[in-house]
Amino acid sequence: MKNFEIFTKGIIKQNPVFVLLLGMCPTLGTTTSAVNGLGMGVATMFVLTMSNIVISLIKNVVPGKVRIPAYIVVIASFVTVLQLVMEAYVPDLYSTLGVFIPLIVVNCIILGRAESFASKNNVFSSVMDGAGIGLGFALSLTLLGAVREILGAYSLFGYKFADTDGILIFVLAPGAFIALGYLLVLFNKYKATLK
Amino acid sequence: MEYILIIIGAIFVNNVILAQFLGICPFLGVSSRVSTSLGMGAAVIFVMTIASLAAYLIQNFILVPLGIEFMQTIVFILVIAALVQMVEIIIKKISPLLYQALGVFLPLITTNCAVLGVAILLIQKRLILLESLTYSIASGLGFMVAMVLFAGIRERLDLEDVPAAFKGTPIALISAGILAMAFMGFSGLV
Repeated sequence: MKNFEIFTKGIIKQNPVFVLLLGMCPTLGTTTSAVNGLGMGVATMFVLTMSNIVISLIKNVVPGKVRIPAYIVVIASFVTVLQLVMEAYVPDLYSTLGVFIPLIVVNCIILGRAESFASKNNVFSSVMDGAGIGLGFALSLTLLGAVREILGAYSLFGYKFADTDGILIFVLAPGAFIALGYLLVLFNKYKATLK
Repeated sequence: MEYILIIIGAIFVNNVILAQFLGICPFLGVSSRVSTSLGMGAAVIFVMTIASLAAYLIQNFILVPLGIEFMQTIVFILVIAALVQMVEIIIKKISPLLYQALGVFLPLITTNCAVLGVAILLIQKRLILLESLTYSIASGLGFMVAMVLFAGIRERLDLEDVPAAFKGTPIALISAGILAMAFMGFSGLV
């Protein structure tokens, strides 16, 4: 039961994007469509889960003083694995997401979970935590990508539902800031009604 | 002429923050005052230039000759992290005044994706050494310009009566969107 809670808390209660406001660069930079957002989210989820596993396994071996560099090496290794796999199997998505795939290394969510959760808990809880927070991140990115795609191109997951062009600004850079800003407003409003 | 194009392109047209979404965390986190954002901007220019130079040298004289380009991500992040530490120690030793101005920002920069992002981008663009240096300094300047402009806007925002749900980050993001729209006006320049 406790592990199930660890898994679900990342989706709403500790949502990395809408509550903790972490990992803003990929959130804004890659969500030009729902598919791109989903791709970025799943890629981050993979690195987060795998690095949480390894870090919770090595937590007693690594001396406290060098733990941060050690964690960064673990994270960077999984990012490199991810880069090679994506380049081989989904080259289109890999080139669309571009520089943001190597930049998963400096995503504060991953180092944050390593430091605050995986380095203190057992392997199974860490897997749950990584998968939960990763899922929350992936869902948030897909949501933002979907909103921008619906408004900006009148389509969803590539299926067009109107013949005209969309409001182009939402696919371009300013639309990312504005769409995320208004989604946060809705989220705050929802949180206020809960109280 | 080519170098002028690189400079204008990196500062205005492809601004690191407003067009490429690199370094959003400090952009939203440290931009509440014009003075702190100036300090942060200066520190980023400094680190970005040194990190890009190191990245260029490592890529072209170590990774490519050995055929291990896939190690790029691991090597770059470690080198940048070590470099920031080293710069911090050196500045502390030789110029306490500069350390007072930049010191607090330096540790934050290690995880600033703009620094690693620019290093990777200039390798991808296959720039030569002098172009790389120009590009990284101009990107740092672009970062500073966006930070300072945005800090100016936020200082005003603090005085306004903003609806409760918009307070804090949401209104900051929406203002950043409008600022990004203004920067799109430059897109025909290069």
